[in-house]
Amino acid sequence: MNDLQQSLVDSLRERFGDSVEEVREFRDDVIVVVTRQAVVDVATWLRDNEHCPFPLCEDVFGIDAWTRKQRFEVNYHFFSLQCKQRIHLKVRLEESDPAVPSITGVYPGANWYERETFDMYGITFPGHPDLRRAYMPEDFEYYPLRKDFPLMGIPGSLPLPKRG
Amino acid sequence: MGLESALGEGYLTTQLDALVGWARKNSLWPMPMGLSCCAIELMSAGDPRHDISRFGMEVMRFSPRQSDVMIVAGTVTYKMAHVVRKIYDQMAEPRWVIAMGACASSGGMFRSYSVVQGIDQFMPVDVFTAGCPPRPENLFHALIELQKKVQNSSVLDYRDRKEPMFIS
Repeated sequence: MNDLQQSLVDSLRERFGDSVEEVREFRDDVIVVVTRQAVVDVATWLRDNEHCPFPLCEDVFGIDAWTRKQRFEVNYHFFSLQCKQRIHLKVRLEESDPAVPSITGVYPGANWYERETFDMYGITFPGHPDLRRAYMPEDFEYYPLRKDFPLMGIPGSLPLPKRG
Repeated sequence: MGLESALGEGYLTTQLDALVGWARKNSLWPMPMGLSCCAIELMSAGDPRHDISRFGMEVMRFSPRQSDVMIVAGTVTYKMAHVVRKIYDQMAEPRWVIAMGACASSGGMFRSYSVVQGIDQFMPVDVFTAGCPPRPENLFHALIELQKKVQNSSVLDYRDRKEPMFIS
């Protein structure tokens, strides 16, 4: 961890205390696991802090860990254009309640990322202005990137026109 | 006129099927249904180096109502299948379909829940073309084979098609 990353992590820990569940480092990137109640506050702070602001939300996506107790995970990638620094935020979720507060109020660009995550994993984002499916048809009933979804899909779930 | 000067004072006998087939096959107007990277090869088929107009097919029509042969060039997802079928239904008969490339023919490398494993599941196909994507030459091969089929089809029942052709 370089000095900048260390100071960021220290500030996060100091400010959010127990909401920061875990901090890891992987290939020079910092990964911060936070609770889902804190995710909007952490994102707001990351965007607005004066030391090293992160104005760019590069990506939001889900993970289905399947065998882990907390099955789902939502990942956020933020990038600081000023410091040329990247930070990864993670939120772990129980299978019974896969919901994370939406960060579209903080990063409007996260709108479609959260829709995609909802479409593929069924993770809901309370507070999202328009949480519709992004890729699959509106009336599709399944979440294709979940591990228990078969590769070739559920037969008959996606209708085709008649050959005629 | 060219025909008169070629025939001179004489006359010509033929069959209606042969004459209409000959006219149809040399003026196939394609509907470029470009859906992914095959569409790029479809575009290069029209460039001066490959020159699709040598076969009387250079008039790419972006309106289905003016086209005769739909070239489905690319990956057809279940969501897109309805659109492809709707455009096909808008084409006036007689109409033909070329499945260009592995994806349109069989799903290709996308063995997945979202991709239709071959467009013949929801529309009739006359020629399947292999390749990922096929070179323009391979598309021309498919078009020439389709021309043969058009030439040999009946005026009254052009749908008198036998098995679809496979171009490898």
